[in-house]
Amino acid sequence: MGSKARDSRQAILDRLRSREVTPVELPAIFGDDSISQVAIGFDDPPTQFAGTVEAVGGLCLQVGSMQEALNKLEQDEVYRDAARRCSLVGDEIPGNVNLQEIEDPHELSSLDFLIARAEFGVAENGAMWITDRDIRHRASLFITQHLALVVSRQSIISNMHQAYERIGQPETPFGVFIAGPSKTADIEQSLVLGAHGCRTLTVFLVDEPA
Amino acid sequence: MATVSEHPEKAAAYIADRSRSRWHDGALWFVRSKRDRMAHSLPEWERLRSTASQIKAHTIANLPEILQQFEANAKARGVHVHWAADAQEHNEIVLEIVRKQNATRVVKSKSMLTEECHLNPHLEANGIEVIDTDLGERIVQMRGERPSHIVLPAIHIKKEEVGETFAKYLGTEPGASDPQYLTEAARQHLRSKFLEAEVGITGVNFAIAETGGFVVCTNEGNADLGASLPRVHIACMGIEKLIPRLVDLSVFVRLLARSATGQPITTYTSHFHGPRPGCELHIVLVDNGRSRIRDSDEFRSALGCIRCGACMNTCPVFRRSGGHSYDAVVPGPIGSVLSPAADTKQHRSLPYACSLCGSCTDVCPVKIPLHHQLLTWRQQIASQGLLPVSKTAAMRAGSMLFQHPRIYALAGALGRRALRWLPKSWIYNRANPWGLDRDLPEPPVESFRSWWQTNRQGTSVDEGMKSKGAKNGK
Ligand code: SF4
Repeated sequence: MGSKARDSRQAILDRLRSREVTPVELPAIFGDDSISQVAIGFDDPPTQFAGTVEAVGGLCLQVGSMQEALNKLEQDEVYRDAARRCSLVGDEIPGNVNLQEIEDPHELSSLDFLIARAEFGVAENGAMWITDRDIRHRASLFITQHLALVVSRQSIISNMHQAYERIGQPETPFGVFIAGPSKTADIEQSLVLGAHGCRTLTVFLVDEPA
Repeated sequence: MATVSEHPEKAAAYIADRSRSRWHDGALWFVRSKRDRMAHSLPEWERLRSTASQIKAHTIANLPEILQQFEANAKARGVHVHWAADAQEHNEIVLEIVRKQNATRVVKSKSMLTEECHLNPHLEANGIEVIDTDLGERIVQMRGERPSHIVLPAIHIKKEEVGETFAKYLGTEPGASDPQYLTEAARQHLRSKFLEAEVGITGVNFAIAETGGFVVCTNEGNADLGASLPRVHIACMGIEKLIPRLVDLSVFVRLLARSATGQPITTYTSHFHGPRPGCELHIVLVDNGRSRIRDSDEFRSALGCIRCGACMNTCPVFRRSGGHSYDAVVPGPIGSVLSPAADTKQHRSLPYACSLCGSCTDVCPVKIPLHHQLLTWRQQIASQGLLPVSKTAAMRAGSMLFQHPRIYALAGALGRRALRWLPKSWIYNRANPWGLDRDLPEPPVESFRSWWQTNRQGTSVDEGMKSKGAKNGK
C-alpha cells in the first residue's frame, strides 16, 4: 500500500493513544470459578448432543461401526440418488470424487454428497468442529448438496468453553463449527433448510472407545 | 451534508398501514420470545453477559495495543492488513484490491460496515458487479432498498412482495409466495454468482488479537462459499470487533446467536487464520468515527456492540415503526446511540424514538446501558440547541409553568376541565405523531393540590413540600 495507507495506520493509532481510558482488567472467563462449576454441563453429553442436532435441523444416527453407518446410508434415498460422492472418512465408505485430484474448487459445483470427519461435538448446541487439516478444499463442506459428518461418541463435550480449551491455538488456516444444515428464515421468518450450503446434514455418532 | 431526518414523520408513514405495523410487531416479538427461551435455558446467562461486557471494556480501553497485536499476528499468518481512517479510504482500498485482480464480479456476505461505508455504489460506479448473497440482503438489493434490520434485513417485506420481486428478476412463477420455493430459486441464482465471482467480501463478527484470526457467523453458508471459491477474500471490519483471546470466543459465540435469533449457535461459525494455499486474504481495519466514540465516557461502551439485533427485536418503538423509519444504517436502540455520534444534527430525533422502558438494556448481551445513553443524548442534543421546534416549544412552556406555581395551579384546573370537553382530534393531529393510537386520559375528579388542602388542613402543598425538604436536611 502507498504512503497514505501507512499514514492512516499511524493516524488511527495516534488518535486512540491521545485518549487515556481508565483501564479495565481482562477477566478470566468465570472469574475464580472453574468452567465446570459455572457453565451448563450434561450428565450424558452424547444423548444431549443427539437431541440438539435434531433440534437444529440435522439427523443424528447412533452407530457402532463405520460398516453400520454405510448400511444406514445405503437405505437413505438422498445417498442412493447422489451421483457424485466424496468420502473423507476412509475406504469403509466409498466415493467417486477424489479431492486430491481436483485442482480448482469450482470443479466441485456438481458434488452431491460429502462425508467427512469432525474432531468433536458440543452437546449444548449440536455443533461439530472441523478443520482443513485433512480437507484439501474447504469449499467441499459448503458446496456439497448433502453433508454427512462422522463424530465419535467419546468426543462429545458439554459446552463451548470446553470446546475452545480443546482447540487451543489454531494450527491450520481454517476451522468451522457446523450445527445443522444450511438454513434461512429471511422470507417472513419461515424456516427453510438448504439456503446456500448443504440441504441436509446427517450425523453419525459412532461408538469408538479409545 | 445530509438533510435532517425526523423519525416521527417516517414512522407515521409506516404505521399508516396498521395491519403491516401489527404484523411486523408480531414477527419481531416472535424472535424476541425465542431469545428469551434460550437465555433462560442457561443458568449462567448473567455471568456470560457480565464477562462479555468486561472483556469488551478491557479491549476498548487497550485498543491501540490490541490492534497492533492483532496486526502482527495476522501478518505472521500471511494476511494483508490495511487501515482505513474513514469510509472513503475503506472503499478505495477494497477497489484497489479488486482492480489488482482485474476482477469485475464480487460476492459479498452480510456486513453492516460495508453498508455504513456505501461500498456497493462505489464499486458499481467503477464497473464492478457486487452481489449481496445473504438472502434477506439480496431481496432488498433487488428491490433497491436498504436492510431494515441488522440481522433480519428483509423483515419488513412480505412473502408476496418477495414473490413479485423474484418473478421480475429471477423468473419465478408470478404470484408464487411459498418461502421454500422462493428460497430454492435464490439458491440456484446465487450459486451461479458464487461460481462466477473473482473476489469474495465478508464482514467479521470477532477478530482475535492473540491469534491474528477472525470469525464469521452465518446460517446460510453464504460467507463460506464466498470465502472458499474465489481466490481472493477481503474481510472488512470496524476496529471495535476485536477480542483479546481465542477463549473469549466461547463467551461471545454462546451469546450471539441466542440473543440474535434464539438459536443455540449459528449453523456456520467459521474461523479464518490465513489464506488458502495460493490465495490471498485481506483484512481492512476501519475507524470511521469509532475512535471518536471511544473518547466519550458516556458512549464508549456502545463500541462493545456485537450486532445481535436483540435491542431492536425487543424495542416497542422499533417493532411498530419499522427499521426504515430510523433512516440510519444501524436502526433501533443501538443505532439511535451510534448515529447521532456520526452526525448529531441529521439524527437528532432518534434518541426520542424511545419510551425509556429499558428493555433494550435488559436484553443486551454485552450490557450496554442503551436507554441511559439515549437519555444522555437527549440532554446533549438539547444543550447543543438542536432540538426540533416541536420539542423546544413544549419544553419552554413547561419550564415556564414549573417556575410559576400560580400559573401551574391554574393550568391544572383548566387542563382537567379541558380534558372533559376537548375533541380527540386535539391529539390526533399532524403536529403530534405520538398522539396516534393514544387516547386522552380520564381527568381525575380532584387535583392532588385540592386533596392536600382538604386532608392536610392548614398547610398548602408548597409549604408541605418545603417542610419535607427541611426534614431531609436540604
Ligand atoms: S446494542 Fe446490545 S442488544 Fe443491541 S445489537 Fe448491540 S449487542 Fe445486540
